[in-house]
Amino acid sequence: MSLIEITEVKKRFGDNEVLKGINIDVAPGEVIAIIGKSGSGKSTLLRCINGLETIDEGSISVAGAQLLPDELHLKALRLKVGMIFQGFNLFPHLTAGRNVMLSQMVVKKTPKAEAEGMAKKMLERVGLAHKFDAYPDQLSGGQQQRVAIARALAMQPIALLCDEITSALDPELVNEVLSVVKELASEGMTLLMVTHEMRFARDVCSRVVFMHQGRVHEIGPPEKVFANPATPELKQFLGVIH
Amino acid sequence: MTDFTTWDILRNLLLAARWTVLLSLVSFIGGSLVGVALLFARIGKSGGGRAFVKAYVEIFQGTPLLMQLFLTFFGLGLFGIDVPAWLAAGLALILWSAAFLTEIWRGCVESVAKGQWEASSSLGMGYLQQMRWVILPQALRVAVPPTVGFSVQVVKGTALTSIIGFVELSKAGTMVTNATFEPFTVYGFVALIYFCLCWPLSKSSQILERKLNVAHRNH
Repeated sequence: MSLIEITEVKKRFGDNEVLKGINIDVAPGEVIAIIGKSGSGKSTLLRCINGLETIDEGSISVAGAQLLPDELHLKALRLKVGMIFQGFNLFPHLTAGRNVMLSQMVVKKTPKAEAEGMAKKMLERVGLAHKFDAYPDQLSGGQQQRVAIARALAMQPIALLCDEITSALDPELVNEVLSVVKELASEGMTLLMVTHEMRFARDVCSRVVFMHQGRVHEIGPPEKVFANPATPELKQFLGVIH
Repeated sequence: MTDFTTWDILRNLLLAARWTVLLSLVSFIGGSLVGVALLFARIGKSGGGRAFVKAYVEIFQGTPLLMQLFLTFFGLGLFGIDVPAWLAAGLALILWSAAFLTEIWRGCVESVAKGQWEASSSLGMGYLQQMRWVILPQALRVAVPPTVGFSVQVVKGTALTSIIGFVELSKAGTMVTNATFEPFTVYGFVALIYFCLCWPLSKSSQILERKLNVAHRNH
């Protein structure tokens, strides 16, 4: 039984069709890396899954919650999938702890004490328990991204979408974020990540999706995709990366 | 001819200045309330609401405040409504302030990064929750200096209401001049009183700007 079902999804920006019929089924606990050139539609696909972009055709469902454009359905869907962004998007006017508490209290109506406990636990999990009272501008990029992960986890999602979460980081900060993601993967969290970290994709992911011109061009386990690319496009893409 | 002492002149002007202060407060507070309502219509989802506020702002920004005062004062009279000068003055200034404040605040809300909307959406927040907890608190910080700065315009704008006969500082200045024939002294004092009202506002706007910038130095 699939956790995330993406069926024949099409998306246009004006005349430009960026997704031309995407089909992917994700099983619970799978870790999927989406790779491809910029403009191949990989970020758009991720943003469609939790409704930041509307889709023109096809359907997306997550654990039975259908993607429909009204606020009620969107909220139900978003409670099941968390999202981490390239630019962190922490709330700058709130401390790290408050960032993690806010949506629990506002969306789930969790009492404050309980939300605070959960925030402490989640910050602990990403190794930042001591930064509870720090404001985002007092944290490094890597720390901010880990707070963003804690914030998403505090909503207890069943899947996480990661949109190039290490692309805005200095090279020496990439690993601290990836090791958190790796740990989540080992704990059985379902992950869909758009990434340029090929080594990470090879080591951690159960499947790799190569997108090209709005289509899933190749899909398979990392050993196969990286060692024996079947299409010239993927060969070229991997050649450029290495 | 009676002689007027400088104190007589100043005392009369200061008494009239109370009305300038009151009218400024009423205009600014009333304008803020109307402005907030217009702001929500302006950035909301309803196309009709957005178009209405856009037109409203363009009309009030595109015509002189003096014409707006005349139209309120004489226009309502045409419909048989007898409008006292204070009411016309207050009403026109509230509507005028609302137009400018809405536009200032819209800019502040739009200055909040798009990622803040996306992050709060992805956490499951609805529109009003996003506004209340994420967007407005950030927009508010940006809004304080230009809003305080605009309050100076409101104070000076009240001077125009003298033309429809509302007795505030400027009107009192004219009346006192007519009695004393000392226009330079009288208008000198009038200008000084306006300055004493406006300068602290301008200054506090600058201080606030500096303070809020320091708080945000790393963004």
